[in-house]
Amino acid sequence: MDLLNIFVKWAFVENMVLAYFLGMCSYLAVSKTVKTAFGLGLAVIFVLAITAPVNYLIRQYVLVEGALSWIHPSLATVDLTFLQLIIFIAVIASMVQLVEMIIEKASPALYNSLGIFLPLITVNCSILGGSLFMVQKEYNLIESSVFGVGAGFGFFLAIIAIAAIREKIRYSHVPAPLRGLGIAFIITGLMGIAFMSFMGIKL
Amino acid sequence: MSEVAEKKAVVATPREPLFSTKNRKLLTDPFDDNNPITVQVLGICSALAVTTQVYPALVMAISVVFVCAFANLAIALMRKGIPPRIRMIVQLVVIATLVTIVDQMLKAFAYDVSKELSVFVGLIITNCIVMGRLEAFAMGSKPWPAFLDGIGNGLGYGAILIVVAVCREFFGAGTILGYKLIPEAIYSAGYVDNGVMLTPAAAMFVIGILIWIQRSRNTKLVDIS
Repeated sequence: MDLLNIFVKWAFVENMVLAYFLGMCSYLAVSKTVKTAFGLGLAVIFVLAITAPVNYLIRQYVLVEGALSWIHPSLATVDLTFLQLIIFIAVIASMVQLVEMIIEKASPALYNSLGIFLPLITVNCSILGGSLFMVQKEYNLIESSVFGVGAGFGFFLAIIAIAAIREKIRYSHVPAPLRGLGIAFIITGLMGIAFMSFMGIKL
Repeated sequence: MSEVAEKKAVVATPREPLFSTKNRKLLTDPFDDNNPITVQVLGICSALAVTTQVYPALVMAISVVFVCAFANLAIALMRKGIPPRIRMIVQLVVIATLVTIVDQMLKAFAYDVSKELSVFVGLIITNCIVMGRLEAFAMGSKPWPAFLDGIGNGLGYGAILIVVAVCREFFGAGTILGYKLIPEAIYSAGYVDNGVMLTPAAAMFVIGILIWIQRSRNTKLVDIS
């Protein structure tokens, strides 16, 4: 039951995009059509679901104080947490490179439409943010896997929602200079305010 | 956006002067035609996070100019030696190193500021402008244009950051850089600071309106689709 709670909490109540406003760049740039948004959403779920537990294991067995004692008892006082940021980023970068190679092989059309935003998942703040939240909430291995999938699913939902709105909004009379990016910003702001209504729900 | 993906072909002849028209364009383009935030859609997250007040926005802007310029320079120098399969990791190591330098400099020379900004400085690593410019420009151009491109994009980003921060701090708290600008008389007449301006959603509105203003002045940026 706890695991289901974690999933729902990170997919809706604490949605990475609409509650924390993380991962905005790729969210705004790749949401022109539902099809590309779907591809990016899946890639983010995949990367988050892998990096959260991998970073958990690395943190538990390499970084925290006393974690290295499984190599030799004399290393029990070594504390490597100051390396956390760089290690997390390196893990994320290699995972993204892996996803990039898989998508390039499996679906060249999707690969081309994602363009520069595929490598930019690496610096998508929601991925690094995910790993840091996982540390902050002190999840265990299973919880952090569920958390990764949940947070990824939240991003997926948000990006599909805005892509659908942006596809429809082409038929309305938006002032010409506000069309495209400008209105997307304002819609996101409104969606963020709507998601504030989830605030305070304790699961 | 597709503009980012296009690697601009920089044809530099050996005798090209340091500040030729083309190089000057690299510096000025990011302010308007190719602004990182309003046109290329890069670096939005940090633009939301640090713009509730002007002061952090200012420090963030200066740090990003520094990191962006030198990361571009370093990658442009190494561009022929980086295997494409591991380029992201190389780029991130360069960025992380430069951010660590900024962090240590702030700690050494402005400890109070660094205490206040510790989180934001770390945010530069995940600022997509730096990596976006490395991918789109520095991987395929000579060091000097890349360096100028870094400075230009850093400044273009900083300009938007400061405008947004001024709007949000003025309307949200009635201050600029901590100085009270709205006189007490107006408050006693019933004026209340707009708390919404301090939420991240308001930053989205302000940037949206900035894009509106920019595109109504510069019609070639208007999205026809």
